[in-house]
Amino acid sequence: MATEITNIPKLPELSRKDFVTTNDVRWCPGCGDYAILNSLQRTFAELGVPRENFVMVSGIGCSSRFPFYMDTYGFHTIHGRAPTVATGIKVANPELSVWVVTGDGDGLSIGGNHMLHLLRRNVNINVLLFNNRIYGLTKGQYSPTSPFGTKTKTSPTGSLDNPLNPLLFALGAEATFIARTVDNNPKHMMETFKAAHAHQGISFVEIFQNCVIFNDSAWDSIYGKDNRDDQMLYLEAGKPLLFGKNKTKGIRLNGLSPEIVDATTAPADILIHQPEQASPLYSQLLATMGAPDFPTPMGVIRQIQRPTYDALIHQQTAAAKAKKGAGTWQELLHGKSTWTIKPT
Amino acid sequence: MTSSSSGFREMKSVVVRFAGDSGDGMQIVGERFTDTSVTVPNAIATFPDYPSEIRAPIGTIAGVSAFQVHFGSTNVLTPGDEPDALVAMNPAALKVHLKDLVPGGLVIANSAAFTPENLEMAGYATNPLDDPELHSNYEIVAIDITGLATEALKDSSLTMREKLRTKNFFALGFSYWVYSRPIQPTIDYINAKWANKSPQLAEANIRVLKAGYFLGETAEMTRNRYMVAQADVAPGTYRKISGNEAIALGLIAGAKKSGRELLFSGYPITPATSILEALANYQHFDVQTVQAEDEIAAIGVAIGASFAGKIGATATSGPGMCLKSEFMGLAVTAELPLVIVNVQRGGPSTGLPTKTEQADLLQALYGRHGESPMPVIAANSPSDCFRAAFEAVQLAIKHSIPVILLSDGYLANGSEPWKLPDEADLPELVMPFADPALPYVAFERNPETLARTQAIPGQVGLQHRVGGLEKDNKGCISHDQENHSRMTLVRAAKVEALAKNIPPLTITGPAQGKLLVLGWGGTYGAITSAVEALNAEGVAVSSTHLRYLNPLPPELGELLKRFDQVLIPELNSGQLSMMIRARYLIDALTLSKVKGSPFKISEIRERILQLLND
Repeated sequence: MATEITNIPKLPELSRKDFVTTNDVRWCPGCGDYAILNSLQRTFAELGVPRENFVMVSGIGCSSRFPFYMDTYGFHTIHGRAPTVATGIKVANPELSVWVVTGDGDGLSIGGNHMLHLLRRNVNINVLLFNNRIYGLTKGQYSPTSPFGTKTKTSPTGSLDNPLNPLLFALGAEATFIARTVDNNPKHMMETFKAAHAHQGISFVEIFQNCVIFNDSAWDSIYGKDNRDDQMLYLEAGKPLLFGKNKTKGIRLNGLSPEIVDATTAPADILIHQPEQASPLYSQLLATMGAPDFPTPMGVIRQIQRPTYDALIHQQTAAAKAKKGAGTWQELLHGKSTWTIKPT
Repeated sequence: MTSSSSGFREMKSVVVRFAGDSGDGMQIVGERFTDTSVTVPNAIATFPDYPSEIRAPIGTIAGVSAFQVHFGSTNVLTPGDEPDALVAMNPAALKVHLKDLVPGGLVIANSAAFTPENLEMAGYATNPLDDPELHSNYEIVAIDITGLATEALKDSSLTMREKLRTKNFFALGFSYWVYSRPIQPTIDYINAKWANKSPQLAEANIRVLKAGYFLGETAEMTRNRYMVAQADVAPGTYRKISGNEAIALGLIAGAKKSGRELLFSGYPITPATSILEALANYQHFDVQTVQAEDEIAAIGVAIGASFAGKIGATATSGPGMCLKSEFMGLAVTAELPLVIVNVQRGGPSTGLPTKTEQADLLQALYGRHGESPMPVIAANSPSDCFRAAFEAVQLAIKHSIPVILLSDGYLANGSEPWKLPDEADLPELVMPFADPALPYVAFERNPETLARTQAIPGQVGLQHRVGGLEKDNKGCISHDQENHSRMTLVRAAKVEALAKNIPPLTITGPAQGKLLVLGWGGTYGAITSAVEALNAEGVAVSSTHLRYLNPLPPELGELLKRFDQVLIPELNSGQLSMMIRARYLIDALTLSKVKGSPFKISEIRERILQLLND
């Protein structure tokens, strides 16, 4: 363990301002990233973590500028590879609170492989995936989450790729914490970020984020003012799956498929949210539920417990030392067998 | 070179090659022969040669596996050119390796394996052991090794399959007799390995080993036995070490001397994999290994570890270097300490995974986009890999810089005795950490080393951001054109700053004259052996060998000008030559070889003589 960590007995009170850097924020006016930045800065101030223990790691893309706007340790790496650098940091020092900021292109296209392995290893890191369904920094090409048929500069007659569902991807990799939030609900973002931080293991958070220039209003049909009541389903552990203006609609199972029922007449059938369900069936039901036929779930979809990679690797080190004793120079240089040539 | 005394022919050095099917246990036999010979003591060097297929069909040419041992009473710097003796366990092994044998060399063949089926698979129309021409060109000793080994075990309760697997020890025993080696070290080895697990197996192997040895004594199968006198080996404690083992130990030693922990991340790739495998056994040295999902991730994990204050390191081979190159650029511009080992193999693309080459030199220097200079050093022998890896860690820490260490398949798998260093002789390595009492400027530099000051996550008040975007000397992102020009120069100057501490070059032969042979990396043994032998014969020729490829040693230019001609032997098409010609404007000559195998001493010797006689 690094010896430089100075444990501060009493944590100083932190506020959002403590996490604001002097760098000018260069996102486009109206970009959803501003609200996310603000919510994360406010969240960090409330986590009880010493400021010097936060590390922001990103790849390339609009969202990946994030570390420059957070007054923490930060590493703006290369396209798609932030999960690898973050893994190295966390393994090097598990005391650190490591946050990966990525996008739909960075995290699921060029960096899809690394994301897969970060998730299945269950490294105790928080991933915030800003999903705006477009490549923004390169000025508007379709991304792996763009709907089929999306017309962009590189797909003038419509994209041919079936879009990837980030939550289903995370579930496929057996991520232990999977959540979704939206850039226009700071309160919900903060709750979700706090839950991600509290989870011991990989936390994967998809954030519906609006690109005001190249894919404006992409999520309005879901989170727009007029649609959100009917199109969003806020999840709460132990509570029934209810939505609609006065929570009058609910979700129940019909065989293995979900269906919408009137919650006022059939309350007993309505599913109760159980994010800790080990079986992925229920998680998959939520991950795949969405527009146009169903509301889109928001909040913590899945949270299960499994030992973390970073803890396990240090346990192995400790076990090896307990068994063999701390390695010595003699052992290192001599190995298993030597011979000696005596002076003649 | 040879003289007869009391039935023995005395030789200064002997090269024996053990060859058989990949399942025949030739690597084990070679290792045993080596371990026995170091106790004599003889000077020794070895090289395994195995197929890239894990188990090619039995009896085929593709399935032949070999192990070459060179032992001598004088300096032995290479595994040897042509073998003096070939142990061929089947026709395919004879077919593949006979062409390398010295004229008149000894062939010990397992006649039982020369069946019509095996002969056909090896492409022999008739049995070569019956060919009079073969007998006139070589000394052929055909022994029914399979039959005699199983006969020796006729009372054993082992299965026939198990009995057959002992035949390699018969060949080993017979070889010990031919070369007057003691069999006790091998008996000790067998007992240590099997006596507890399977006493029957231990006993059987010992019996077969002895049967092979006694066959020589009783049957007088060969015209000659050979004697290689003890070598004048420097006093000290030794162990046998391969290049990849030595790299693993050098990295650990560097980390220990820096007081930091080593985090090594790799992805399996021939011939670098055994570095990761070796390090995985050193958890109790606070070494952590991460087998990453790919080559890119492996270096990414190492960079993350470096950023967080560990000694980050990774190792790969050519194709992996291609994949890692973008991350290397990041380490260059973020100015983080990092060690990247490239165990070179034949390329391009998948190329020759199990064969050696030195063709990644220019890639190491220039294989990244943009102006992206990195220090590049090379190891020159299997045991030198320890010192080279230690030095890579030392440079990375001292200068806050990623360092490339070039090894190759020949060094990685070859092994030789290593005189153990004294831990106290290894320098302490000091990371240029920031003073926590002062305001932190991420790109503040040590004026001498130009290392940027390091601060690591968890340190109070030193929060900062690094990344791939161009920054100014305070670490703030900058797209200013003058700043970019300045930072480009600083990054180049940082590499050049290493030159001040490069140790003086060692010159073999006269300090000036007609011809200097200039080498780098794994060609050291062959070049030095050729030049030393010629010097001993009174031929004036010199050689020097480069550890530093970037920056080049400061005195190199002067040295080159003291010679009429410079010859550069390389296992590529002339990459160092290109650098030397461009840098020093001299007409350096290339001796090129790209055959997947190292230089023979004779190849270098002949070229030297040709140039001197022109």
